[in-house]
Amino acid sequence: MVRVQVWGSLKPAIGGDDSVEVEGETINDLLKALSEQYPGMAEAVRRGVSVTVNGEMYANAVMVPVKPDDEVFILPKLVGG
Amino acid sequence: MFQVHVRTRINGDDTEFSCEADETLLDALRDRLGLTGAKEGCGTGDCGACSVLVDGRLVCACLMLGAEAEGCDIETVEGMADGSKLHPLQQKFLDHAALQCGVCTPGFLVAAKSLLERNDNPTEEEVRYWLAGNLCRCTGYDKIVRAVLDTAADMRKASKPKPAKAKKASAKGRVSA
Amino acid sequence: MNVQPDNKAMKRDFDIVGKRTPRPDGIDKVTGRARFGADMSMPGMLWGLVLRSPHAHAKIKRIDTSKAEKLNGVHAIVTSKDFGPCDDSLLDIRENVMAREKALYDGHAVAAVAAVSRSVARQALKLIKVDYQVLPHVTDVDEAMKPDAPVINDKLFTKGLDKTPKKPSNIAERFEFGHGEVEKGFKEADLVIERTFRTEATHQGYIEPHACVASMGADGRGEMWVCTQGHFMVRNTCAGLLGIDVSNLRVTASEIGGGFGGKTTVFIEPVALALSLKANRPVKMVMSREEVLRASGPTSSSSIDVKIGMKKDGTITAGDATLRYQGGAFPGSAVPYGAMACFAPYDLKNVRAIGWDVIANRPKQAAYRAPGAPMGAYAIESVIDELCRELKLDPIDVRLKNASSDGSKASYGPNFGVIGLKATLEAAKNHPHWKAKLGKNQGRGVACGFWFNFGGETSVSLNVNVDGTVGLSVGTPDIGGSRASIGNMAAEELGIPHDKVRCIIADTASLGYNDVTDGSRVTFASGMAAIQAARDAIGKLCERAAKIWGIPVDAVVWEKGHARPASPNAGKHEPLSLADIAAQAGATGGPIAGHCEINAEGAGVSFATHMVDSEVDPETGHVKILRYTVFQDAGKAVHPSYVEGQFQGGAVQGIGWALNEEYIYSKDGRLQNPGFLDYRIPVCSDLPMIDTVIVEVPNPGHPYGVRGVGETSIVPPLAAISNSVSDAAKVRMTRLPMSPPNVLKALGRI
Ligand code: FES
Ligand code: FES
Repeated sequence: MVRVQVWGSLKPAIGGDDSVEVEGETINDLLKALSEQYPGMAEAVRRGVSVTVNGEMYANAVMVPVKPDDEVFILPKLVGG
Repeated sequence: MFQVHVRTRINGDDTEFSCEADETLLDALRDRLGLTGAKEGCGTGDCGACSVLVDGRLVCACLMLGAEAEGCDIETVEGMADGSKLHPLQQKFLDHAALQCGVCTPGFLVAAKSLLERNDNPTEEEVRYWLAGNLCRCTGYDKIVRAVLDTAADMRKASKPKPAKAKKASAKGRVSA
Repeated sequence: MNVQPDNKAMKRDFDIVGKRTPRPDGIDKVTGRARFGADMSMPGMLWGLVLRSPHAHAKIKRIDTSKAEKLNGVHAIVTSKDFGPCDDSLLDIRENVMAREKALYDGHAVAAVAAVSRSVARQALKLIKVDYQVLPHVTDVDEAMKPDAPVINDKLFTKGLDKTPKKPSNIAERFEFGHGEVEKGFKEADLVIERTFRTEATHQGYIEPHACVASMGADGRGEMWVCTQGHFMVRNTCAGLLGIDVSNLRVTASEIGGGFGGKTTVFIEPVALALSLKANRPVKMVMSREEVLRASGPTSSSSIDVKIGMKKDGTITAGDATLRYQGGAFPGSAVPYGAMACFAPYDLKNVRAIGWDVIANRPKQAAYRAPGAPMGAYAIESVIDELCRELKLDPIDVRLKNASSDGSKASYGPNFGVIGLKATLEAAKNHPHWKAKLGKNQGRGVACGFWFNFGGETSVSLNVNVDGTVGLSVGTPDIGGSRASIGNMAAEELGIPHDKVRCIIADTASLGYNDVTDGSRVTFASGMAAIQAARDAIGKLCERAAKIWGIPVDAVVWEKGHARPASPNAGKHEPLSLADIAAQAGATGGPIAGHCEINAEGAGVSFATHMVDSEVDPETGHVKILRYTVFQDAGKAVHPSYVEGQFQGGAVQGIGWALNEEYIYSKDGRLQNPGFLDYRIPVCSDLPMIDTVIVEVPNPGHPYGVRGVGETSIVPPLAAISNSVSDAAKVRMTRLPMSPPNVLKALGRI
């Protein structure tokens, strides 16, 4: 299980907490698991999210491996100028 | 639309073109003569990207009609270098990295050349006021001002001997068509 | 000046990286030969022009193009009918490039013509009749949020709330970030200050207006020449909007005369393509400056509440902010990034930032350099400054005390890696500027800023030529000298002189997909890809050397541009230079090339501290910037001149935003200042020299330690200048721009 933390406005989507544990070995696995378990997350994932793993930002790479004690954070999809 | 036939000299070459009566010199240079060095940043005389010299005066080519160029001697950025030898200003702009995107550069070069022709020893403030009609959004002007001051210093060295205190022209001599 | 704090990571000596080499496109750009967007012509080309709505909000009842169609010289007219079904993700763009049922802002495109000349096209526009039914409008962000505001989009229901509302509104979404308990934190504070700030919308102000030539043949194949930050994005978007196969559209990026985020989307490009499709001839379109200001993508205006608590010793106990950004007539303002970035410089126990994404009858905002971050930083850094003043604390010391550092928890969630904020603050504290004397009516301000930076999809191809030179093709348009930096990194890796590498921007048919030049990503990501492509080529060069020498490839090493036997055991062989091997490429197995296709990740965040002195004229309200110093972490400055240029350019755009620039809408919702005379960006005589201090705290995520530098530089200036003006005027400024009338108001003079 990997603990996934979400940004504030996504808390209701995962039942009110700021984090939840899901099964997975890559970012992709985690996003899929979250989408299946929580419809609110499915919507957010469909619209696009960025994920950080141990502080490293992944704007759209999803095959990044994750381990149980990694710090994983889901954030809105980033754009730049 | 009714077209006017215009005879000019551009960068030393006798050049004739036809243009619509209400067409700007900038459009004539760019679209009729393929001289796309002068740029259109605004079309209203506010950005200086279209700067050219007409009979030695610095003008915004977007504010002058092509038809008004009849009989005029026009210099554009394309005429600044002497063959493959860059004008000192062009070289200094490169040395100082005084351009980022480079779209404002032709206008700055033409305007700075006209300053140095009038005043070979400008102060920083004089450079800043002379170039106040040219907009640059990338550089913050710092490196442009340095490039112009450095060119002036080199050009003075090259044209020695001269009395230490050169007579200064006013920085207010700029003409916007 | 260059500051390198002690850092174990990446002590490496470079031959080329870090040197101020001449730029490869320099001569073209100083002689007028460089071809920008509007400099291209094609045989048989027509001119396209757009008819735009004069109303801020209106129903389009009918468009009659019959008279215009009959005008001699007109070859095509398009309206929204010419843009058919498309993918959901493109719907907003489709509606923005050509209004459908409603015109949503002053300047919204409603029709376009292609004709033999600009003057004929202009006449044709006058012959198009549009019946509008004018609707109530709203352009102000706070007004747009009111329950009785005119509803712009009746299908918009606020997202991000516990319960989705039943009634539509102009509030697109709510975002929340943070951790801890702010209320508890405020109780621990000795002083709590709460303020509201406002900033006006500004424009990127690139000097080159949008321009393109589109040519669609009868065989369904098209070509485009476009000034853009991302020609692959233009290709995919235009193909998607017009139902063309991506492979049938080839897009070449022109030289680009500035973008700053404003050229990361499309406006006239799909319209030119639609016109060309209809006319079966190439069509050129160039926006006027007025069109750029009315109908491209400026940034958001904002209204922000901030509350911060501090102890007497300078410890920040809690920070709470609510940010409201209007992003024009469509959802998607940069408010989430503003809310994420605003407290990022500080390591806070209790922090919360709430963002509201609001729509209004204004052009759809586009990214502008660190999108959303400058306004948030302005508000937070202003309150911190005021707290320091009230508690008689040194503003740099307080920032150092609370500064985020390696491993601390960012206000937006994750933990930071290796970061350089403290190094920039130390550099600021030790700089002579900090101790310089100030005169009457003069003040000094400091502020910090943060931007994420990112990498993204990148594809690079590197060809070793027969004479030992190297051709490097990248797919990211060069806005500020990136060809030089990327070419230099490849040369460094290959061990050959920088002028042996020629870096070009390849078209969309020649390379794999590349994300747009944005997010300060190019030197980072294309540079990383160039390094990897060079390593790929080096592997192949070593194979050839092994073949020539008849030894195994793992017995060959690459050093300083030469293949050498790895050890004496590998036999005695004279080293082979890249040129030696290249000359025999044909005989040893054919051309040698290196490639790299990656989704570059690991872009390190970048922090900056800005320091500025200003003088306020109490009679006129005019503010003069006297001195300005930028301290920013660049990770590793690949080409210091262009790094300084990015620092200076960002600072000066910030000066414009802080002092003069603003979108002014009249009561009828029309933009009042669509020209450089009235939308006044800083000119040369407004400014002093902009000093820069490059701090280098290497980014462990990049082989050379590079961090993006382009965006962070615009984050601190609004706050730094406002703090400086507040110091000079002895009154807290809470509204941008600090134009003379606004300053006089703050001084109580009018
Ligand atoms: S184009 Fe701007 S002054 Fe002529
Ligand atoms: S270098 Fe881009 S506008 Fe001056």
